[in-house]
Amino acid sequence: MIEMSQVNKTYPNGVTALNGINIKIDKGEFVYVVGPSGAGKSTFIKLMYREEKPTTGTITVNGVQLSKLRNTRVPLFRRNLGVVFQDYKLLPTLTVFENVAYAMEVVEEHPKDIKKRVMEVLDLVGLKHKARMLPTELSGGEQQRVSIARSIVNSPQVVIADEPTGNLDPETSWEIMNILEAINNRGTTVVMATHNRDIVNNLKRRVIAIESGRIVRDEQQGEYGYEL
Amino acid sequence: MSFRTIKRHFRESGKSLTRNGWMTFASISAVTVTLLLVGVFFVIMMNLNHIADNIQKDVEIRVHLDPSADAANKELIGQKINQITAVDSAKFSPKEKELTNLIKDMGSDGKTFKLFEQDNPLSDVYVVKTKKPTDVIKTAKTIEKYQYVQSVKYGQGYVEKMFNVVEVARNIGIVLIIALLFTAMFLISNTIKITIVARRREIEIMRLVGATNSFIRWPFFLEGAWLGILGAIVPIAVIAGVYSYIYDTVGKNIQIKFVELLQVNPFIIQISIILVLLGALIGVWGSVMSVRKFLKV
Repeated sequence: MIEMSQVNKTYPNGVTALNGINIKIDKGEFVYVVGPSGAGKSTFIKLMYREEKPTTGTITVNGVQLSKLRNTRVPLFRRNLGVVFQDYKLLPTLTVFENVAYAMEVVEEHPKDIKKRVMEVLDLVGLKHKARMLPTELSGGEQQRVSIARSIVNSPQVVIADEPTGNLDPETSWEIMNILEAINNRGTTVVMATHNRDIVNNLKRRVIAIESGRIVRDEQQGEYGYEL
Repeated sequence: MSFRTIKRHFRESGKSLTRNGWMTFASISAVTVTLLLVGVFFVIMMNLNHIADNIQKDVEIRVHLDPSADAANKELIGQKINQITAVDSAKFSPKEKELTNLIKDMGSDGKTFKLFEQDNPLSDVYVVKTKKPTDVIKTAKTIEKYQYVQSVKYGQGYVEKMFNVVEVARNIGIVLIIALLFTAMFLISNTIKITIVARRREIEIMRLVGATNSFIRWPFFLEGAWLGILGAIVPIAVIAGVYSYIYDTVGKNIQIKFVELLQVNPFIIQISIILVLLGALIGVWGSVMSVRKFLKV
């Protein structure tokens, strides 16, 4: 599903973010990516949705060789991918419904299908009744749920989340985790970068720890392993 | 691209125009001012060209032959003239015909010249037309050197001056129009850039959810075209109004030969089409240039 081999990433300013990464994530897995700030977590995540290109090494996601992927093909590749961010990245002028529908409009789906499918995923994240509201009228947790709804509306095989609970209180974070878990239970691969020790230690899944651009730990049913 | 998507792009471009109200107004004003100036220059230039063409079309070389030339000599000169590549036609006009023409041209006074029919003092003439009016001077100089050619007349001095004036005016006009168009393009591209910076987040999200570059670009593309087309309305109205007024009042009162303005009917329509196309073109160019920055192409 996701495979990296001998991946190095050095930014143009000379900073080496990743150094010799080898990893294989199978279909249906739920993976935490942990590590201190500046360890290379974000770069690791960005490489997976082809926001960044590796300096050397190969990355394959959903059977697509990312280093050989032409820029013009990147949008098509991303349609099989859901991405969730710490800051939600919702459009403030659009309603909840429109924000989710946006991802389907972009891939030129039929309006009828869009309506049906959007309501379906909003139901999944428990926001069907707030479909007509604007993001600013929602709480942080609700906004993140909208963002997750948007990421799965096109039924991607992989959902990549970069600190999805970073801005949320513990209780709301658990709501988000329950949704991600539900998505994972349907067979979608979930990769999630996080600083949330409580979640990693309680909802035990595979843990990949990155420090100074290297993978220092990769265990099934792992622990967060860092002191706060 | 499906029809539904095209409709969506049109809708989005329209929304963007109203959402960025003042910026839209600023861009349209920029286009309006530019197109107005460009349009006026166009009108002046095309009329100038028209007048110049009229005059130039009438420029001909009259080659007066020496009276001592016999029929064979005349024939030879005719052949030589026709061999010059720039020459379109060379018509021989014997002195008898020249005299009848003269008598005709003089009207009632012409009768006096009938006396000369006994002993015609005029010379035989070749009337030469060149393919391009600008070749007149060179051709005349060549013919002048032939044997048995007494003199060559083509409105010396006058023709050279006219050609010069027309060319200088044409060049100045072209330079001004190009400069104006560039100014407008930069104004529009800047305006659209500002609206795009405001929509940077939107573009970022579109890219994240898998919108292709062309899908992102189309609404901006159309927005640019709208700005250009809307900006062309006022210039077209002003030019059409003012030009028909000038044509009706001034144009009809000037009765100088050759000086004749282009007719309102096809001309204003042509100018309108040119202005709309130019407006749309600079609008699209401006927007394409500014979106490019935000798309990793």
